[in-house]
Amino acid sequence: MTADAHALTAPEHGVAEAHHTGGIGNPVLGMLLFITSEVMFFAGLFAAYFSIRAGYIDADGLHRWPPKEFAETLDPFRLTTAHGDLNLILPATIVLVVSSFTCQWGVWAIRRDDHRGFVRNFAVTLVLGVTFLLLQAYDYGVLFREGMTMGSGTFGTTYFTLTGFHGAHVFGGALMLAVVLYRGMAGQFSARHHDMVEATSLYWHFVDVVWILLFSILYLL
Amino acid sequence: MATTTLHPAAPAYRSGLYEWLTTTDHKKIGIMYLVNSILFFLAGGILALVVRVELAQPGLQYMDEAFYNQAFTMHASFMLFLFIIPILAGFGNYVVPLQIGAPDMAFPRINALSFWLLPLGGALMASGFLVSGGAAAAGWTEYPPLSGAKYSGTGTDLWIMGLTLIGTSSILGAINFLVTIFKMRAPGMTLFRMPILVWTVLVTSVLVLMATPVLTSALIMLFIDRNYGGNFFDPNQGGLAVLYQNVFWFYSHPAVYIMILPAMGIISEILPVFARKPLFGYKAFVFATAGIGALGFSVWAHHMFTTGAVFLPFFSLMTFLIAVPTGVKMFNWIATLFRGQLTFSTPLLFALGFLSLFLIGGLNGAFSAAVPVDFAIHDTYFVVAHIHYVLFGGSVFGVFAGIYYWFPKMTGRMLNETLGKIQFVLMFIGFNLTFFPMHQLGLAGMPRRIADYAGNAGWSELNVAATIGGFIIALSMLPFFWNVLVSLRSGKRAGDDPWEANTLEWATTSPPPAYNFDHLPEVRSERPVFDARHGRTTAH
Repeated sequence: MTADAHALTAPEHGVAEAHHTGGIGNPVLGMLLFITSEVMFFAGLFAAYFSIRAGYIDADGLHRWPPKEFAETLDPFRLTTAHGDLNLILPATIVLVVSSFTCQWGVWAIRRDDHRGFVRNFAVTLVLGVTFLLLQAYDYGVLFREGMTMGSGTFGTTYFTLTGFHGAHVFGGALMLAVVLYRGMAGQFSARHHDMVEATSLYWHFVDVVWILLFSILYLL
Repeated sequence: MATTTLHPAAPAYRSGLYEWLTTTDHKKIGIMYLVNSILFFLAGGILALVVRVELAQPGLQYMDEAFYNQAFTMHASFMLFLFIIPILAGFGNYVVPLQIGAPDMAFPRINALSFWLLPLGGALMASGFLVSGGAAAAGWTEYPPLSGAKYSGTGTDLWIMGLTLIGTSSILGAINFLVTIFKMRAPGMTLFRMPILVWTVLVTSVLVLMATPVLTSALIMLFIDRNYGGNFFDPNQGGLAVLYQNVFWFYSHPAVYIMILPAMGIISEILPVFARKPLFGYKAFVFATAGIGALGFSVWAHHMFTTGAVFLPFFSLMTFLIAVPTGVKMFNWIATLFRGQLTFSTPLLFALGFLSLFLIGGLNGAFSAAVPVDFAIHDTYFVVAHIHYVLFGGSVFGVFAGIYYWFPKMTGRMLNETLGKIQFVLMFIGFNLTFFPMHQLGLAGMPRRIADYAGNAGWSELNVAATIGGFIIALSMLPFFWNVLVSLRSGKRAGDDPWEANTLEWATTSPPPAYNFDHLPEVRSERPVFDARHGRTTAH
């Protein structure tokens, strides 16, 4: 506010000029707030997950999570499942983490007005994002063959709800990436004007962080 | 921000239907919020009368229990989600950009989206009445297992979908308010010069932003349990029944503050104007508002004392603590009135109604915060009395205070004072006749959410009184609607500043032009228009 505060000493200035422009852009702030709400949405699901997991007891009266029938399938470091399908969840995770880096390289590129670098990096990010979704779809297919569904006890319910909503958010992020990429290829955005690029990258990083948490609690812990 | 072009001849409110349907002007969107909310207020009010008619005497006279359950469920759902929350957002939409000297909200098109999600969500919710099995009927809280697939039908799915859309509308609106308030303030409008209404909308928006998504997650888990064979809330499959209550109330208790804080903001605008004094203890009020917002996140389980699954001393203590910032506000309001030059116009009457009724709602709330007392009155009509003293006696009286106060700004015409006073008297009497007896009914053990009771239970007379009161409240709406219709056509011309008020919305024409301000007065205090009127700044 202070930078323009003296503007009001010039009464001939209209409202429009007198308003402050500077600091964080409205779209970026809006996106940060939207991500806050998304964090709370996933917090609700995570809270449900941990509450249910804490009280889980299987048919043998033991606290084994994931349940023993799925434990082998969900071991990310085993290459194949019991039915001989490839286990691609670890590659999928790597793909998504790498896409966060390419996304950020794209942002840094547009900040120094490197339009080509920005478009290339965002194109790679989009391809990686779509690859993650395809790998996740493949993984769902594998799990279904192993007999794991939404109705497979509380583990199946929480697993598919959490990963499903994460996948939906990746899909939403990929749409945003596609729009930014399309506009970028049409010659839009510059070092000065690229709020939407910043906002989209924030969202993409958020989606990535959620996956890292999900991967940790569903596969590692 | 230099996007506003000044074309002075834009006619503000004589545009066609298409203009309204496609508008991104915060003032038109705000008015649409108000109109849409009032329509759902009427629908919810009719359902309330349905409930009251059935309860007027023992036995089932007019409907079966199944329809009764739908009536009270949809009454509460309409009133909370489609009336109180959106109408306060409507005031925020109309007033906040004007009060901070902005030309519009930060994201005008998202603002339009926020609005249009509401009638859509409301229609989805209401369409439950058309499907077989009827509308949602497990109470507005929709606890499983009652709301599960086994006991309730498609109406509950429609309710879930509708409420998810309404929640999305709230979240988008909150983001819009926050960015607007942080980024669009006029020069000189520092945070601590913002009108109290803006502060309350700010804190409310934070609550919406943090709490509403958690409701969405609860609704989605319920939907998955109902439709996709999920096991979140089914103890037979390892799920947790109380989990839903925890996640639901994590939203729905802050939601109580979402429903009251902006109404507190409205009367904090009105009391100083009609007492001809500045608001007493501006900063204390701001901190109290923030305090209520922060504490609001730590008291959700006081709705669940009787589940035996929550830590009673903590949640009881935190609930009592809420009384501290609320008491600060009460003190500020009374001190603002003290030795003021009161003019008893309709906005002030409704504001005083708010003060007296909200005080009762706060006191009987403190009773409920005490664990032993709560065990006795849980799920009785005492709780119904409490919620209505807070949300009707508080929020709805605040809403009508706001309508009488800003109607001149929105339309350029004053509402009729006589009709306004008739409405206030009828509403005040009807309200107390309806809801005060519910305290005694609750203490006498009458449970909420029942369609029938024994004739010898001793509850009959008080129920008759409550039903008569309900019809008096309904009657009080007639002078209001007559007033609006007549005043829109032939009300007294308002001029820019009919109340000699303090805040920036009164520095522009009534109604304001599409771009809001030709010139802004200097902002040197939290009362810039007062300063300009009394020559404390250079006027331009």
